[in-house]
Amino acid sequence: MSETEQPPAERRSGAAPGGDGDASAANGRLLVAEQVTKAFGGLVAVEDVSFSIPQRSIVSIIGPNGAGKTTFFNMLTGLYKPTMGRISFDGKDITAKRPDKITSLGVARTFQNIRLFATMSAIENVMVGQHARMKAGLFGSILRLPGVRKEERRVDEHAREMLSYVGLDEELHSQLAINLAYGDQRRVEIARALASGPKLLLLDEPTAGMNPQESRRLTEFMRKLRDEKGLAILLIEHDMQVVMEVSEHITVLDHGEKIAEGLPEDVRNEERVIEAYLGRQSDDDEEEGEG
Amino acid sequence: MRRPELKPLIAAAAAGLAILIGLLIEMDTTMSVVLALLVGLRVFFADDPRAVKLIAVGLVVWAIVLPLFHVEAGGFIDDAVLALAYAVMALGLNIIVGFAGLLDLGYVAFFAIGALAAGYFMSGFVFDANIHVLVSGLNAELPGIHLSFPLVLVIAVILCTIAGMLIGLPTLRLRGDYIAIVTLAFGEIAGRLVLNGDEISIAGQKLTNGRQGITPVDKIDLPLLQPFEALNLRPWFWLALAMLLLVLFVNYRLRDSRLGRAWIALREDEVAAASMGVPLVKTKLLAYGTGAAFGGMSGAFLASLSNTVNADQFQFSFSIFILAMVILGGLGSIEGVVVGAIALTYINFRLIPDVLNDVPSKIGLDFDLTELSFGIFGFLLVIMMVMRPEGLVPERRRKQELVEGIGTGETAGAGESVVEARA
Repeated sequence: MSETEQPPAERRSGAAPGGDGDASAANGRLLVAEQVTKAFGGLVAVEDVSFSIPQRSIVSIIGPNGAGKTTFFNMLTGLYKPTMGRISFDGKDITAKRPDKITSLGVARTFQNIRLFATMSAIENVMVGQHARMKAGLFGSILRLPGVRKEERRVDEHAREMLSYVGLDEELHSQLAINLAYGDQRRVEIARALASGPKLLLLDEPTAGMNPQESRRLTEFMRKLRDEKGLAILLIEHDMQVVMEVSEHITVLDHGEKIAEGLPEDVRNEERVIEAYLGRQSDDDEEEGEG
Repeated sequence: MRRPELKPLIAAAAAGLAILIGLLIEMDTTMSVVLALLVGLRVFFADDPRAVKLIAVGLVVWAIVLPLFHVEAGGFIDDAVLALAYAVMALGLNIIVGFAGLLDLGYVAFFAIGALAAGYFMSGFVFDANIHVLVSGLNAELPGIHLSFPLVLVIAVILCTIAGMLIGLPTLRLRGDYIAIVTLAFGEIAGRLVLNGDEISIAGQKLTNGRQGITPVDKIDLPLLQPFEALNLRPWFWLALAMLLLVLFVNYRLRDSRLGRAWIALREDEVAAASMGVPLVKTKLLAYGTGAAFGGMSGAFLASLSNTVNADQFQFSFSIFILAMVILGGLGSIEGVVVGAIALTYINFRLIPDVLNDVPSKIGLDFDLTELSFGIFGFLLVIMMVMRPEGLVPERRRKQELVEGIGTGETAGAGESVVEARA
């Protein structure tokens, strides 16, 4: 877990706002990562990657297995602390902040292999998503003060709203997450992320295990989120068709390094990208223990 | 219930079992019949929340009048008081293990701290001090510190909450088995500290009395009431019942709250919980603190009841005893844990030593059953894990996950109702 990682070499250098962050917000850049590096012992999973996400946009990170995509994701959400570099979100430095703090600032995510709370109902899952936006404490909950009761009702309603928004049938709302069909589990996971009221939504291979039709529906849904909710979406995806269709900007990682970025059509024709995917002469077999 | 035509039959079977158990533990016949009736109704109306609530009220009333049908001490009621006190502890451990999923094998530490709070503040142990607060009768004249029991409860709760959080701190970065190892060590440390406390002096005051025990401990003395007596356990029973109801109330309220959901989310998937905005450190420490507080309450009560705070009480086996109640009843299930606590208390203090003890010698074996009691618990747990891993009265979630999720619901319905009869 994040707590066990060594502290980053350079973090929050005391000289407070660091003009860059504020400037980025002004430029319409929601998230800015500067020269981020993550090393596990001697293994460098992500090296010197700079990256930014504009407001209200859909951008993607692609790359072969083991390229460091998920590691990068985990740094953005606070699960890993960067070894070096700086990440700011919405004008605030979030480098190595705790995951729950980052969530409450407005970053939400889904996981590559769905991670719902198995023995909780769909509604309860989405209610947990609102944890950071709730106030009820230990004693307030025991006494069930009027404020707490009102909050519970509001959160429950919002959860139902979110589940309907992602298209989960009403009769499935109180089903345990573990008993839901795969596609519905994906939906609940997105609803749970949306419930935290994010400005930025990180989706880690959301179309994994979906058929082309379902993928297309998800693509449309992502656009809807951007346009209706004003969200920025960062996507990790293997399905090139989805990536090329939906992304406004693509960053390509290979062996932890950024090898290309730009518009979909530019990236598609980039020589190094083709190399990374199809392999060079012989050196491309190692795995980095994550995908 | 999946087979409605079987409902009356199952309810009747449950009621029958309740009578049988009632008679076996020498409960008053009338009370056994009433209990059986309540159990039968509970099973029959299991799907009607209003009826369930009404029956719960009935059960509380039944429990309140229960002592009046039994002799004041030396019989059924002795074990009943213990069962209630242990149920309070088990509910505390249930928050840590059942809700938050933090396997705590050192729960005895909180029993020890609660008991020591009673030992320090309700006896002549601190001989040089002469402090009396809200106590009457002889307690008001003896040397030592003699505080009123509610004050001692508050002290025990505060001390245990702090201790629970301190013990929790080093486990924050750990998971699963490693949490168990660290808490196990803390439990052992607490036990050893009490054992060797007679060698440790701070400013001329010994830490504990070791094996000799701090004794006598004042009988509970509530404001406006006569001090409790060793020969009349009815007031003890009612106080323990009141504590249990309070703890039950807190458990239910917390389970269905923001905090309760965070605990369960933590139990299910720590990484996902953190990513959804649940602060891990705070949430875990609250689980440790709340769970420990209940252990302390019960510990202080038991110290006064048993009249001694003695190192032999605080052994590893006690942690396992309480944990077995939680697992037997159903991890995370509030009703189940109470059932588990009552069942194991009676098995341990009545069934094995009084009813079944001489069975081996009768069939020509040369040992008493009491020598095997932990073996019997172990055996029970193994049977449980094989036959009914979700516990006697499973938590709604686990039941759906383990039974309905797999689709063998038919048999589960029957099993559940039979089992509820043991309440």
